[in-house]
Amino acid sequence: MNALRPHLSRHLILIVFSLLMVYPIIWWLGASLKTAPEMSLPTIWPSTPIWDNYTAGWDFSPSPHTFAHFYSNTLLMEVGNVIGGVLTAAIVAFGFARLKFKFKGFWFSILLMTLMLPGQVTIVPQYIMFNRFEFTDSYVPLILPHFFGGGAFFIFLLVQFIRGIPRDLDEAATIDGASVYGIFLRIIFPLIKPALVTVAIFTFIWSWDDFFSQVLYLSSVDKFTVGLALRMYIDQFEVQWGQMLAMALLSVLPSAVIFFLAQKHFVEGIATTGIKG
Amino acid sequence: MNTNVATTTARKTLFRFKRGSGESNLHGYLFISPWLIGFLLLTLWPIAQSFYLSFTDYSLLSSPVWTGMDNYKRMFYYDEDFVQSLKVTFTFVLVSVPLKLFFSLMVAQLLSKSMKGMSLYRTMVYFPSLIGGSIAVSILWRNMFGVDGYINKVLAVFGIEGRGWISDPDSALWTLILLNVWQFGSTMVIFLAGLKQIPQELYESASVDGAARWRKFYHITLPMLSPVMFFNLVLGVIGSFQMFTAALIVTRGGPMHATYTYALFLFEKAFKHFQMGYASALAWVLLLIVALITALNFYVSRFWVFYETDGGGRK
Repeated sequence: MNALRPHLSRHLILIVFSLLMVYPIIWWLGASLKTAPEMSLPTIWPSTPIWDNYTAGWDFSPSPHTFAHFYSNTLLMEVGNVIGGVLTAAIVAFGFARLKFKFKGFWFSILLMTLMLPGQVTIVPQYIMFNRFEFTDSYVPLILPHFFGGGAFFIFLLVQFIRGIPRDLDEAATIDGASVYGIFLRIIFPLIKPALVTVAIFTFIWSWDDFFSQVLYLSSVDKFTVGLALRMYIDQFEVQWGQMLAMALLSVLPSAVIFFLAQKHFVEGIATTGIKG
Repeated sequence: MNTNVATTTARKTLFRFKRGSGESNLHGYLFISPWLIGFLLLTLWPIAQSFYLSFTDYSLLSSPVWTGMDNYKRMFYYDEDFVQSLKVTFTFVLVSVPLKLFFSLMVAQLLSKSMKGMSLYRTMVYFPSLIGGSIAVSILWRNMFGVDGYINKVLAVFGIEGRGWISDPDSALWTLILLNVWQFGSTMVIFLAGLKQIPQELYESASVDGAARWRKFYHITLPMLSPVMFFNLVLGVIGSFQMFTAALIVTRGGPMHATYTYALFLFEKAFKHFQMGYASALAWVLLLIVALITALNFYVSRFWVFYETDGGGRK
């Protein structure tokens, strides 16, 4: 209590404010445990919590698949995205941070400019291109872009991180006869692991939420991600709010769990580069 | 002695691949090639191609037919949806970006003191931003703000008659703005990092001079934070121009196109009506609008963003 006293008013404001912020989420959790008649009461928590919304929602009776299928689809896509993003972002960032080559400054400023490019500007020709190669309704258009450096934000983040590693290490390795590839593989890559975790986490969460691309490229229910399955709930059937809220809440669980496990990486990642979470 | 020689040789070797020899160019370009190929293939070429397509009529099924300026004429003279979507998007940007900046700065101020429990508050305030862009949260919003939704139920307890927040054209966009502002967490974390960079001595000497708290905020915090503010402003504007998921899921662009954002409009033209030429023209107009506003932001920043000069007090 003694620790609290000098900042009492600040604590009070913060407690009220943070509760206000998470209030919709608490209500969400409560509503997902309510029976249908109880849904229409202004209470925040059910009198007797039930799991029926979760079990019935998971089975998703009007569709031939349960949510297990949609989760495994999404995870499959995520594995590709995370591997592609982490590996290629590290390679490209090493090039920009440590090597000298012609027009490096030019390319780096182009890289930074693409941060400001709205995604919708390129989406039509990209779709046409993937369509021409008959990659639509597959995971290729969703995964492949991650293998081209994983996104300018991540390259920028890693470049900043590598610049913080003393060059003496590179020089010492050069003395021992290491090539640039050796320096990258044996020195830089192991040292940037913490930053790579940040890249992996953000790639995972953003891909999970990248509804635009998913709705654009995936059309058969068989290949649907969790997000698209949720949309089916709204569109096709008489809305079962309890089940829908339960499944929607479940769908943010992976991001939430990762966030709580790796909070430090998050805050640092956002703070050093200004990445939007 | 020996090590000295070795270090000098090493420096020379490094120096060599710094100075753009053929070999070092090769290494450099090899390393950045994944990004470079991606940039040429998935960014530059699409931008160029959409410029060409914007002068054509193209439905994916047959080859593009050159129609000159028709798409642009249609947009500016005949398409009411275009005007409406611009109106919606500009309202959205003009309201939600300043609100978000304001909230994030205020909350960052509150959270910047180091005291017990701070990381818990930070987590709670940041959490909505983590999940806010997902379709799941859009579903939550749709339920809460529906006619029979939670918000109206609570209002009824206080004897206030609710309204169809989402089904009423006057309030629909505001529910989306609220959803967007609720996710101010990442903007706030950036402010928080900026606040930590401000040297404490500035505040201390101001206190010695007897400056009131708001004077310190106005004369120290705001100018020192202005580069971060500028960064958040530029990216916030660009991000808000692309609002899509919530408009599609919460309101489906309705009622009466009250939430028909530009991104949704473009998406429907391209992938519902398959008017690829027209959609490309829309994409180019979006690019020009965003580029213009960003350029304007950069220009105006000269008058309000304060960058420390080398003579300044930073350690």
